[in-house]
Amino acid sequence: MSVFLAMIPSILMIVAPILISAMGGLISERSGIVNIALEGLMGIGAFTAATVHYFLEQSTPLSIWIAILAASVAGLAVSLIHAYASISLNADQVISGTGINLLSTGGTAFLAQVIFRMERTAPFRLGMMPGFWGIYPTAWIALAVVLVTWYVLYRRPFGLHLRACGEHPHAAASCGIKVRKMRYIAVMASGFLAGMAGACLVLTQTIQYTIYTINGAGFIALAAVSFGRWLPKGVTAASMLFGLAVALAIYMVNIEAMRFLPSEFFSVMPYFITLLTLVLFSGKEYAPRAAGQPYERTGS
Amino acid sequence: MKKERTSSRFMATLEHMLSNDSWVSILVIVLGFLVGTLLLLVIGRNPAGMYAAMLQTLTGYDITRNVWNARYIGEWLTASIPLILCGLSMGFAARTGLFNIGAEGQYIVGLTVAQFVALYGPQVPVLHWVLALLAAGLAGMLWGGIVGFLKASYSVSEVVATIMLNYIAFFLSRWLTMLIPGTNTYRTPTFPATARLTSTLFLRLTNESRLNLGLWVALAACLFYWYMIEKTRKGFELRATGFNKEAARYAGIKVTSTITISMSIAGLFAGLAGAIVALGSFSYGRVLAGYDNYGFNGIAVALVGNSTAGGTLLSGLLFGMLASAQPLMQGRQIPKEITWIISGLVVIFISLRGGVRLFLEWRAREKARLRKETME
Repeated sequence: MSVFLAMIPSILMIVAPILISAMGGLISERSGIVNIALEGLMGIGAFTAATVHYFLEQSTPLSIWIAILAASVAGLAVSLIHAYASISLNADQVISGTGINLLSTGGTAFLAQVIFRMERTAPFRLGMMPGFWGIYPTAWIALAVVLVTWYVLYRRPFGLHLRACGEHPHAAASCGIKVRKMRYIAVMASGFLAGMAGACLVLTQTIQYTIYTINGAGFIALAAVSFGRWLPKGVTAASMLFGLAVALAIYMVNIEAMRFLPSEFFSVMPYFITLLTLVLFSGKEYAPRAAGQPYERTGS
Repeated sequence: MKKERTSSRFMATLEHMLSNDSWVSILVIVLGFLVGTLLLLVIGRNPAGMYAAMLQTLTGYDITRNVWNARYIGEWLTASIPLILCGLSMGFAARTGLFNIGAEGQYIVGLTVAQFVALYGPQVPVLHWVLALLAAGLAGMLWGGIVGFLKASYSVSEVVATIMLNYIAFFLSRWLTMLIPGTNTYRTPTFPATARLTSTLFLRLTNESRLNLGLWVALAACLFYWYMIEKTRKGFELRATGFNKEAARYAGIKVTSTITISMSIAGLFAGLAGAIVALGSFSYGRVLAGYDNYGFNGIAVALVGNSTAGGTLLSGLLFGMLASAQPLMQGRQIPKEITWIISGLVVIFISLRGGVRLFLEWRAREKARLRKETME
């Protein structure tokens, strides 16, 4: 048991970026836009944060926070491509998302070649420092993101309008809600959060960005949105569970009783559970009804 | 007046080109290369290096040192084979209205099964690799078929299901491969020679490149794809389902089984791609450390090839050229990542194609308005 208690800070370190990114995915899908670019946007955030922190860490103690902010803005900027293609041009949402994922790997490695003359960013000296109980501040950022998301989506008229766009955009439009504007805001929010998540990941778990830094965390976040049934509390619980599985895959060598299992067993859990639940709960409609469908204004 | 006429002729030509899928693909590729070239100029590198590397890949001719080596052509075709097959995988599903992000997982399953047959199959010449290819194809079919079945019977989104199955395939492959005796963290024992797809003809023609019998498999797959989609009743049903599921159901097409079959055949292509890479380019089984990314790049291949057999073949050759030109670019001070950027841009430009449709609609409205005005 004490082994597990000792693992809690590491688990939270892994959960935080997944959770932040998943909240972004939740907001976007609630507005009707599926964002499979979370993985690529996290990569862009992680690259930005690692670069900014490397150049600023000597000159200002606020370097980490500037890096996180820069990463979030970079994620937001790139997500605009997805927003423009899928909202303004009614493009297939999966295609523009895939494009961003491809571009993210190439673009970050290319920029690293230009700035650092190697395929990765130069390592920074010191990442984020854990606070009391050894818990990284990213856990508190994640908590704040969840609370704000829940409050805005479920306790403000704005959130109701946003969710209406994902359920029945034409009905929403007839009530005077600007569907496209709402969807733009949602995709931008998801880009902002995915960028922030990438920064949180790179600043706590490693000392530099490589194209393998994100390694599927964005796709786990996407899975958490489905497994969490598109609800903030569900997505939070799913992210916790998936983070635990990832942590176990890494740290299980320290646990005597589990050594007989291959680490792949835990790595595969998030994906397997998600697939299973999608089948088990297939009869009931949890997903936002209009998610994935372009909104075309009818008439004139 | 004259200026106006040329501009309207330009608009008419543009309109004609944009309403044709092949022209749009070419336009998108040209745009991708244009932006890539600009990027290189911005960072102060000479784009000529990129084009010299691509020329060397396509013809084997090194323009800077004035030497010729056929091996580069062989390596280009070798890199193209899995891309063509994964492109067919993505394209086949797309014709039925499905988005197969899962080619990567189906590729991994095929690769893993081929490695097992290579190590444990009967060491009879020809029969050995034929068995390995068949088993890999079947495994790919199964992996794709699961998605099709879940989509058709439980309406599970194929996008989410395939992403999940990609990771499941990846971790299963690592785990199972590491169970093979004599395997370390990255490779299994060496394959027996009977399992390899070596072709002495290709070895001689292409100066010992890794080009192998897989080339014939890829070409045969293109033919099969074309025949199945364009010439058979099943192919018609697949396309009908892709156009309008409800109408197809109303016309008496069994939509559920059609979707499952479509995903199975998509998986077959990707599974073969895995087997060809495993037995053609490597002499030992690999414990995968990450995705090979052929499956994901297959998405771009199919999008550029408009999901037709011929188009996918050509765009597979294009992306294969980009991939195998990478090491040559690095030697010419061109960051090799530029090829990934070009691929990504091409996909993003294709997603912006909706804009083309909006443009054409706008043109049609303008024309109607003009006609009305002149009538009045």
